[in-house]
Amino acid sequence: MSPDATPARETDRSSGQPQEAGRRLAPARVLDVDPLLDDPKTRIVVCCGSGGVGKTTTAAALGLRAAERGRKVVVLTIDPARRLAQSMGIDSLDNVPRRVKGTEEDGELYAMMLDMKRTFDEVVEAHADPERAAAILSNPFYQSLSAGFAGTQEYMAMEKLGQLRARDEWDLIVVDTPPSRSALDFLDAPKRLGSFLDGRLIRLLTAPAKLGGRAGMKFLNVGMSMMTGTLGKLLGGQLLKDVQTFVAAMDTTFGGFRTRADATYKLLQAPGTAFLVVAAPERDALREAAYFVERLAAERMPLAGLVLNRVHGSGAGQLSAERAIAAAENLEDARIVDQGEGKAESRNSPETHGSSDPAEPTGVSPGASDGTSAAPSDDTSADSSDDSPAGSPSGSVAESADAVDRVTAGLLRLHAERMQLLAREQRTRDRFTARHPEVAVAEVPALPGDVHDLAGLRDIGDRLADNRRELPEPGA
Amino acid sequence: MSRLQVVSGKGGTGKTTVAAALALALATEGKRTLLIEVEGRQGIAQLFETEALPYEERKIAVAPGGGEVYALAIDPELALLDYLQMFYKLGSAGRALKKLGAIDFATTIAPGVRDVLLTGKACEAVRRKDKAGRFVYDHVVMDAPPTGRITRFLNVNDEVAGLAKIGPIHNQAQAVMRVLKSAETAVHLVTLLEEMPVQETVDGIAELRAARLPVGRVVVNMVRPQVLDAAELELVRTVPRTALARSLSSAGLGGARRGGNAERLVDPLLAQAEEYAERYALEQEQRSVLGELDLPLHELPLFAEGMDLAGLYELATELRKQGMS
Ligand SMILES: Nc1ncnc2c1ncn2[C@@H]1O[C@H](COP(=O)(O)OP(=O)(O)OP(=O)(O)O)[C@@H](O)[C@H]1O
Ligand SMILES: Nc1ncnc2c1ncn2[C@@H]1O[C@H](COP(=O)(O)OP(=O)(O)O)[C@@H](O)[C@H]1O
Ligand SMILES: [Mg+2]
Ligand SMILES: [Mg+2]
Repeated sequence: MSPDATPARETDRSSGQPQEAGRRLAPARVLDVDPLLDDPKTRIVVCCGSGGVGKTTTAAALGLRAAERGRKVVVLTIDPARRLAQSMGIDSLDNVPRRVKGTEEDGELYAMMLDMKRTFDEVVEAHADPERAAAILSNPFYQSLSAGFAGTQEYMAMEKLGQLRARDEWDLIVVDTPPSRSALDFLDAPKRLGSFLDGRLIRLLTAPAKLGGRAGMKFLNVGMSMMTGTLGKLLGGQLLKDVQTFVAAMDTTFGGFRTRADATYKLLQAPGTAFLVVAAPERDALREAAYFVERLAAERMPLAGLVLNRVHGSGAGQLSAERAIAAAENLEDARIVDQGEGKAESRNSPETHGSSDPAEPTGVSPGASDGTSAAPSDDTSADSSDDSPAGSPSGSVAESADAVDRVTAGLLRLHAERMQLLAREQRTRDRFTARHPEVAVAEVPALPGDVHDLAGLRDIGDRLADNRRELPEPGA
Repeated sequence: MSRLQVVSGKGGTGKTTVAAALALALATEGKRTLLIEVEGRQGIAQLFETEALPYEERKIAVAPGGGEVYALAIDPELALLDYLQMFYKLGSAGRALKKLGAIDFATTIAPGVRDVLLTGKACEAVRRKDKAGRFVYDHVVMDAPPTGRITRFLNVNDEVAGLAKIGPIHNQAQAVMRVLKSAETAVHLVTLLEEMPVQETVDGIAELRAARLPVGRVVVNMVRPQVLDAAELELVRTVPRTALARSLSSAGLGGARRGGNAERLVDPLLAQAEEYAERYALEQEQRSVLGELDLPLHELPLFAEGMDLAGLYELATELRKQGMS
């Protein structure tokens, strides 16, 4: 594509002219995190989302920010990356909040990493006398349950949240949620596990004797004995016995798994709790986020907004992918010609001088004036003395110019790739906003490296709060 | 080439995708493979753009050169029921058990039993022969649970050790372990060139090795194209900004003088190159961590526009080229 054939697409934003007016969407509301964090009425912030989108990072960054803005904060993380945990001093896994060193502005930040087995053990110890507790803790069924049944991690995360809240030592608790495919698991898994453990079946199975001659239970009883018989053979009689002792022991001390799960669930509905949905600007993650948003509404749980994490921006958004590629091709073609003829003159040919930019000082956006006139004011020749890269002092001008063109072409291709990515992310975001225009959004750029220390978290926090769009507005 | 290939990896790294591409690659040139799914998520059906798979082996794709890929989504409840029927001749009582929720109950309180059934089904397919005594499937590929659970999942013997010490489950676990620990099996791990998935891969391999399970290959998925190489990145660092501005100008992007359109592109383009360089360095770091594992490494490209059936065939071709099948 030649520069002249370039559509004036890049001009839309600054000139305010809608390109595709029909497709233009209302821009999403901007999520303002500082008022949320500063509000003394905000007591719990829960970061939800599907796996790998940045929940843990967001939770830690928000906690740090709130602390440095003067609140006493505890962050409950579930699965921080190793280096992040180390830098926060919470890699020791002792299951209690630790004061994080290195915060600024006298911020008081505590953090901990959830140990689900230990949390479960503590619950047992807190509710049973020592003898009974010991019996439960050594029960083989309890051991496999606490080591990681489906839902145990979610159940224990809620449990820990309940404990932290009950201690009432912190102004604000920021909660990370367990890694799972679906954000909904955090809401559903504890109840599911609770219902299973409190379920009728587990009771019938483990205490069939109680049912003895009760009317109407005859059939069930036959079913039961067959069932215990078969399962006994399959699983071994011991496992069923273990389950039975466990349930009986827990019953008298704990007051029901389901009841307990319900109680923490209520905490999530209480005023003072705010949910943030974290998502990457990718189809699957945003679809999950949309489900979650809908679910929260159905449960009357307050959603503060969506954190769109790892989005890509560009400082050169005025240069479209197409033009960047065309320009890179220009340079590469010129090189081929140069190499063929053994010289590098084409880059100083009159046409190249012609593509300068007379309208610049008037503030008209660059795309509009590109290639429209041949102004004589270009200063290329004036600079040609320092044209040779420092790295190749002995190289001829032709060679170094060639190398520069090669690098420039690379930079342009890199930019084209960035612009394509950005366009895809924008489309994905806009699809979400169209479905949920009511949801406020904060965009956080993808940093080139991982986030693994307080400085990185602070940076993420700043970017979360700066209310700036990384991606162009819809229709732009 | 191992006859049972198990594909694990951190969640979302592309286990299902790589397993499917591998099944296609292994089927190339008249072979027949079976692709097994064990988590009840219908990921295979989604990928091959077909309706949900029943608990039944079904042909889902034809490989280049005439091979066939069959797929099976194992339903642990139905597998347990089958199993009970086979050993205990339950008749209609089996259905009653299911209705009462006993099957679900059993697979929940004893995940080891569920895993034996799932791996047992895969091993049965590996060893199945037709009337002429030939293997029905040349290869079986399993889309397995993620790295965090894979060792427990495969190490079924330990998992059911506390259960029935004799009887069919015990025997089945023994038979499964014989296959899983033999050279017939290889466990591959899928990863991305990022810190957390690589860390999980390293940890996962240590666990598999400690359990004496045969580790196969490491597949790095979604590798971004290399736009600038190390030498070019070095040049980016040293080249004068004015020279870049002139070069941009010569490419038709406006004026090279200060404030000119081409000149104003220099800073943002260099910033993007710096980000690229940082990411490039991080990726190289992760590559070298993976390199220390002393396992065959494969790299599959990122399809920026997303995965589809055509992309899957491309990945299969890539795997073949790289000698993974
Ligand atoms: N090489 C690739 N290029 C582009 N997209 C890819 C590639 N490989 C996988 N994907 C996409 O990445 C996403 C995750 O892939 P996939 O479902 O295979 O991962 P998984 O490890 O099986 O995930 P889960 O842990 O949820 O089972 C899918 O949307 C898939 O299409
Ligand atoms: N905005 C970002 N820019 C760069 N890296 C990020 C960003 N957000 C998260 N990461 C990195 O992505 C990885 C996964 O993030 P994490 O917060 O652990 O996700 P989750 O808790 O949702 O699984 C971590 O290595 C983290 O450092
Ligand atoms: Mg996390
Ligand atoms: Mg999968």
